[in-house]
Amino acid sequence: MPIDLYVNATLSGALTGLVYGLMALGLSVIFGVVRVVNFAHGEMMTAAMYLAILLATAIGLDPLLAMVPVGLAMFAAGYVLQRTLISPFIVRPEYAQFMLMIAVATILANGQLLIFGPNARNVQVEYALDSFAIGNILLDKVRVYAAIGALVVSGALFAFFRFTLLGKAIRACADNYIGAQVVGLNVRQLYAITFGIGAACVGAAGCMLLLLVDVTPVQGPGYTLLAFIIVIVGGMGSLTGALLSGLIIGMSEALAGLLIVPSAKSMAAFAILVVVLLFRPQGLLGKQA
Amino acid sequence: MKALVEGIPKRSIVALVVVAAALVVAPAVSNAYVLSILVLCLYFAYTGQAWNIMMGFAGQLSLGHSLYVGVGAYASALLFVKLGVNPWIGALAAIAVCTALGLVIGFLAFRFGIAGVYFAILTIAFAEFTRVGFEHWNWAGSTGGLFLPVAHRASNDLATLRGSPTMFYYVMLAFTAGALALSRVLLASRFGYYWRAIREDESAAEALGIDAFRYKMAAVALSAAMTALGGVFFAFYYNNLFPDQIFSIGRSIEIILGPIIGGIGTLLGPVVGAFLLTPLADALSELMIWLGIDTPGVKHVFYGLCLLVVVMYLPNGVWPPIAHRLGLDRARSRRG
Repeated sequence: MPIDLYVNATLSGALTGLVYGLMALGLSVIFGVVRVVNFAHGEMMTAAMYLAILLATAIGLDPLLAMVPVGLAMFAAGYVLQRTLISPFIVRPEYAQFMLMIAVATILANGQLLIFGPNARNVQVEYALDSFAIGNILLDKVRVYAAIGALVVSGALFAFFRFTLLGKAIRACADNYIGAQVVGLNVRQLYAITFGIGAACVGAAGCMLLLLVDVTPVQGPGYTLLAFIIVIVGGMGSLTGALLSGLIIGMSEALAGLLIVPSAKSMAAFAILVVVLLFRPQGLLGKQA
Repeated sequence: MKALVEGIPKRSIVALVVVAAALVVAPAVSNAYVLSILVLCLYFAYTGQAWNIMMGFAGQLSLGHSLYVGVGAYASALLFVKLGVNPWIGALAAIAVCTALGLVIGFLAFRFGIAGVYFAILTIAFAEFTRVGFEHWNWAGSTGGLFLPVAHRASNDLATLRGSPTMFYYVMLAFTAGALALSRVLLASRFGYYWRAIREDESAAEALGIDAFRYKMAAVALSAAMTALGGVFFAFYYNNLFPDQIFSIGRSIEIILGPIIGGIGTLLGPVVGAFLLTPLADALSELMIWLGIDTPGVKHVFYGLCLLVVVMYLPNGVWPPIAHRLGLDRARSRRG
């Protein structure tokens, strides 16, 4: 049943892709509002994954539920990071911000290496080997749950930005920095909250991803790059674009793993990036640059 | 020769001659360990200068310079191991391949106005793409690595780049000095002025009639070509190549640390940065081993902290204030 095989891989890839999308949403939110490129995104997610592992081993908390405490912890960490380290860099040139985040990423990644050692770790849940069967198609339970979790968090984020006063204030900062200050918004505070929200997103994504993959301290840069590729392919500043492009990249990875070799799956994401840069540099849903 | 020394205060020339003389006699008074650190310093000074041409002079941030090191290393090593081609001819091939690669990346990015951070991401993506490619290329050794024969270590043979660490030290010293001279000539030339104009304000530079696309492409091509030569050195000095190491983002960041800490866009910053950071990091590793804390990651946490402190408090790097204090910068000598 080769067709079933491909459908199965595509659907599994799409589910993973939703988690990728949530991870990229965090990056997109931070860049879209604070205008700082979070080069430590993958490392922050790795930190969240280790936090979830600690919670799982200490009190047996399921990663799906760990999303709440880990998300809150990541929000606090992101808030403090923006308030202390990044805030003075808002007016500095782009490359200086980038270097700062590289420094943060390097310290995070190697700090994790120091604390947790180089070996891969994971969390075993009871339903790890279960799956849902729809006809001939088998979907892993963990993947379905992870995707649902990612969708719920993404939905909450969209609702937050559309309907709450705080969300609207943050969008105002993103649209017009000076205008936001003129009408009396506390931009420094809102930036810190935004960075916290981005960190919480990637923290939640890390918890979901923990159901699907092992975690190692050196994985950070790979995920940072993946998040960037997803955001660029989807279109900078477009939240829907990030989610859509996460789906596409997830599916293409799964298919490339099936058609070529599993270890070459990241080639698919790069190929998509190059094609998008060539023919639609503003991204799938981005506004004309 | 005149272009090289013109406008440099006498005091700086004396200082430079003293440092150069010290570097020339250094192998005679160093043991094997110190020599290996010095070689590493020179390697980072050289690759840092190559990166500095692109970022420091022309303002194009590359975070994927491990691509050129890796491709340069693999090109020359493969030609040598598989086809018996002389390393220096292999180096020409490596330079050609890396220049072409740099031009492709530059074309993709600059034609569509991909600049700043997006350009940096593109450079990382290419390095990663190439890493995955090499990991699946069986003829080139794939993940198992590519090894060069190390039989002739006893005799120095510059023509085939087989010999003692001392020989490699002098090769790298020559490369570094060459890169320094080239950077100096370029800075004083039309290229140097155009690059800095583009770096400061690209639109303004274009309004003045500078073909920004062309000059940015030139910077990328030259930087890639120089880095390729560093890769050739790497291959023949270390004699083993693994895709997951040589193409890693960590390696790219190691290359850029020297120039950032020394001073981006300055002539001597990359050299000073490399000679400061490499021995410090190594001393720290040694100290940790001596203390019995033999854990990986310490060195890179230290790198990260150095980078953090420098970008926060010394955005122009450590070299400009030192040069000023020593009276080696032009501004001071002019004032008397």
